[in-house]
Amino acid sequence: MIETIKYTATEELADLFTQNREIYNEGCPDFMNRKRSEALDKFVKTGIPSRKNENYKYTDLRPVFQNDFTVLPRYVQQQIDLHELFHCDVPQLNTHLVLLINGWYYGHNRKIGQLPNGVVLGSLNHVCREHPHLIEKAYNQLAGISDDPIANLNTTMAKDGLFLYVPDDVKIDKPIQIVNLLYAKENTFAVQRNMFVLGKNSEATIVFCDHTLNHNYYILNNLSECFLEEDSKFNFYAVQNMHNGAVNNTHFFADLKERSTLHTNTLTLNGGLVRNNINVKLNGEYAHADLNGLTLADEKQHIDNFITIDHRVPNCTSNQLYKNILDNKASGAFSGRIHVLRDAQKTEAYQRNNNVLLSETAEMNTKPQLIIDADDVRCSHGATVGRIDEDALFYLRTRGIGEKEARLMIMFAFADEVLSQVNIKVLRQRLEELVNRRLRGELGPCQTCSFNFRKP
Amino acid sequence: MTEQDKILDTVTKQEYKYGFVTDIESDTIEKGLNEEVVRLISAKKQEPQWLLDFRLKAYRKWLEMKSPNWAYLKIPSIDFQDIIYYSAPKQKKQLNSLDEVDPELLETFNKLGIPLEEQKHLAGVAVDAVMDSVSVKTTFKETLAERGIIFCSFSEAVREYPDLVKKYLGNAVPYADNYFAALNSAVFSDGSFCYIPKGVRCPMELSTYFRINAANTGQFERTLIVADDDSYVSYLEGCTAPQRDENQLHAAVVEIIALERAEVKYSTVQNWYPGDKNGKGGIYNFVTKRGICRGDFSKISWTQVETGSAITWKYPSCVMLGDHSTGEFYSVALTNNHQQADTGTKMIHIGKNTRSLIVSKGISAGVSNNSYRGLVKVASRADKARNFSQCDSLLLGDKCGAHTFPYIECSNKTAILEHEATTSKISEDQIFYCNQRGIGTEDAIGMIVNGYAREVLNKLPMEFAVEAQKLLQISLEGSVG
Repeated sequence: MIETIKYTATEELADLFTQNREIYNEGCPDFMNRKRSEALDKFVKTGIPSRKNENYKYTDLRPVFQNDFTVLPRYVQQQIDLHELFHCDVPQLNTHLVLLINGWYYGHNRKIGQLPNGVVLGSLNHVCREHPHLIEKAYNQLAGISDDPIANLNTTMAKDGLFLYVPDDVKIDKPIQIVNLLYAKENTFAVQRNMFVLGKNSEATIVFCDHTLNHNYYILNNLSECFLEEDSKFNFYAVQNMHNGAVNNTHFFADLKERSTLHTNTLTLNGGLVRNNINVKLNGEYAHADLNGLTLADEKQHIDNFITIDHRVPNCTSNQLYKNILDNKASGAFSGRIHVLRDAQKTEAYQRNNNVLLSETAEMNTKPQLIIDADDVRCSHGATVGRIDEDALFYLRTRGIGEKEARLMIMFAFADEVLSQVNIKVLRQRLEELVNRRLRGELGPCQTCSFNFRKP
Repeated sequence: MTEQDKILDTVTKQEYKYGFVTDIESDTIEKGLNEEVVRLISAKKQEPQWLLDFRLKAYRKWLEMKSPNWAYLKIPSIDFQDIIYYSAPKQKKQLNSLDEVDPELLETFNKLGIPLEEQKHLAGVAVDAVMDSVSVKTTFKETLAERGIIFCSFSEAVREYPDLVKKYLGNAVPYADNYFAALNSAVFSDGSFCYIPKGVRCPMELSTYFRINAANTGQFERTLIVADDDSYVSYLEGCTAPQRDENQLHAAVVEIIALERAEVKYSTVQNWYPGDKNGKGGIYNFVTKRGICRGDFSKISWTQVETGSAITWKYPSCVMLGDHSTGEFYSVALTNNHQQADTGTKMIHIGKNTRSLIVSKGISAGVSNNSYRGLVKVASRADKARNFSQCDSLLLGDKCGAHTFPYIECSNKTAILEHEATTSKISEDQIFYCNQRGIGTEDAIGMIVNGYAREVLNKLPMEFAVEAQKLLQISLEGSVG
């Protein structure tokens, strides 16, 4: 009789890490390696989340990890020049361009343009060795308190990613564009760890793009920790454009000090399964967070935005606006939690989630939540699920606009409320064009790059 | 002490006026829960085999289940072996008229202001009073019987209308539905049963009063309402309990079945003992209420005013199976001192053109926590389903919490769902406006809170609306300055 041992993906991943621990520790500073065991324990305890986990009620990650894939605990030198392979298709987008490959800082990055004095931009792994003082104290301070198994898995396996440090009183005018490429010969599980530190009264803008360069099956576990000191300003645009077989699991943790401002915009144009976790802690008075998101999904895509905002001190403001347009068999999920802690008086927190279903088979699940432990606050949330407003459609038709065109106009207007929040003009124009084409059902995602396929 | 503190102090010192104990001989069984206890309860009630089987199935299922922990509540662990599962006021013989009812018992209900006596005929309310889970008296039975309406205690229904009970029991709330429903299915001792025949409009409000009297007992009553085609009934439920130091458990189940074009309106004023101002004692109220709009064009409407209980865990729900059916939920939940409430509803749209409306008003004061938790689910075949939800929270004082956890799950593109929630406190402007017009701060707050809750109170039948308004006023007048 053969005894079969049934392994779960959680155990497999834990074993894989334990057996290759040396390789994971290799080239990383102690403070990074010390966090691994604790994170692993937390990961194993919760396991890969299924729908039984309240936070993953609408996103089951177990099937995702059932496919075979390889992991990359060491940097793999690419045979071809990625700069040749990838061209951003946003014309005139003037940025400091940085490429990352499968979670690793690309070894042959072209020289980044002139940055203000004192700014550190580069590989996390590299900076860990060169300037450990910039990272050591803050590393895993935000992700470490999370009990999210995927965030803990990231801490367990993380080795590299992007690091940005902006010193006090420095403003970087030009956006920094980070392109995360997924390109491997085999199905791959990539882990990426980023850190953004903004000094007092500093300012930076990041455009974060995700792309898959071939049809292999990818899981990207991408975690960013972001620290905003007093009076700093940080804009973070994520443009997610991966093929339908790819899984993108992102975590964005932010800690905001007095009078700092965070602005995020998550634009999910394509991807098989996308789960974006955003966790913002308003730790200084008069801090402000503005979180926006737009999702266009069709076929069998699944997009889940999971937001938590903690108002920990008085006088902070936050605003959330998330919109989903779902077609075919796509499913969307949204969870936004505003938590106003005791004594965080004079809080203003707003949240809105609007969704449009275009087909009989699309599905939307939303749970906007308020947890309020202070009385002098203004908090509201609203959520709607519906279809195109027939009255608006009729209005346009009475003015001689054909039904198809009128529908597109309404849909576009719906999406534009989020797009108009993008403050980089060329990027906004390009996104508007992409959304427009996408709504028309034309081959939307980055047409000009031949490596972005819709179908795996 | 500032003005505000003083006012808060008066509020918190408000006596719970139903906190008396009636000295009535009661027939209780030993503490503890096991299969024998379930059999004993069934035997005491001379139940048929099928009902015993139902209880045993539920009990065995309950053993496998775990106490739910997802609510935003701190629930101390409950020792289920420390509870008496059966306590009945001793009855020597069958009662025919009120004169034969134990005078102590009558006194109890008089104190509660329940129109049990014949002289209250004019009140026009048929009452089934349930004390420690046993139905003690049903009034107006004959009047109702003329129209074919069955309104009696659950045990009586099991004896006299076994087919009806068997057909509908567990329909809306299956025995394995959740932890507390399973517990109730295993040990329920009595409750009310109501059947409205085809085409009958019930001429008066039907009412049940629940009272926990004996110490250390849990109350596990079960209500089953069946509204046949084209019928209408309005049903009221009120609850009180004596003041005690220890916590007592109340795990009830209410099931409503509405057939073709039937309409059921179910109103509750829940005023179980909430515990003292330090959070000692009080009732743990874990209730499963669910209605099924089985027929087309049927309607079920829940209205609740929740002011009592140390812990409230309650989600009156509607399953809209029939096309064009409607579900409604109106709620005012008030928590003060150390009370905790996690309450809301589930609206499940399955039939086409189904509509639901949710209006929830939460009021929290003291150091209490008050949560709204609701689900609106639209199945893929529920074309043109429509829902509107509004959940407002009012905070009185800076130590309390108000939380909102709505879930919206939509799988149909023709559905339109809207959810709105706001959280606020009474603004100084509003108070100032009233002051300016010669209205004192306390009265102003009373007015504002009542105005805030009016949308829901208006849905209550007259007799209850008055009581509910008083309840709100007692606990809230001027709790902020």
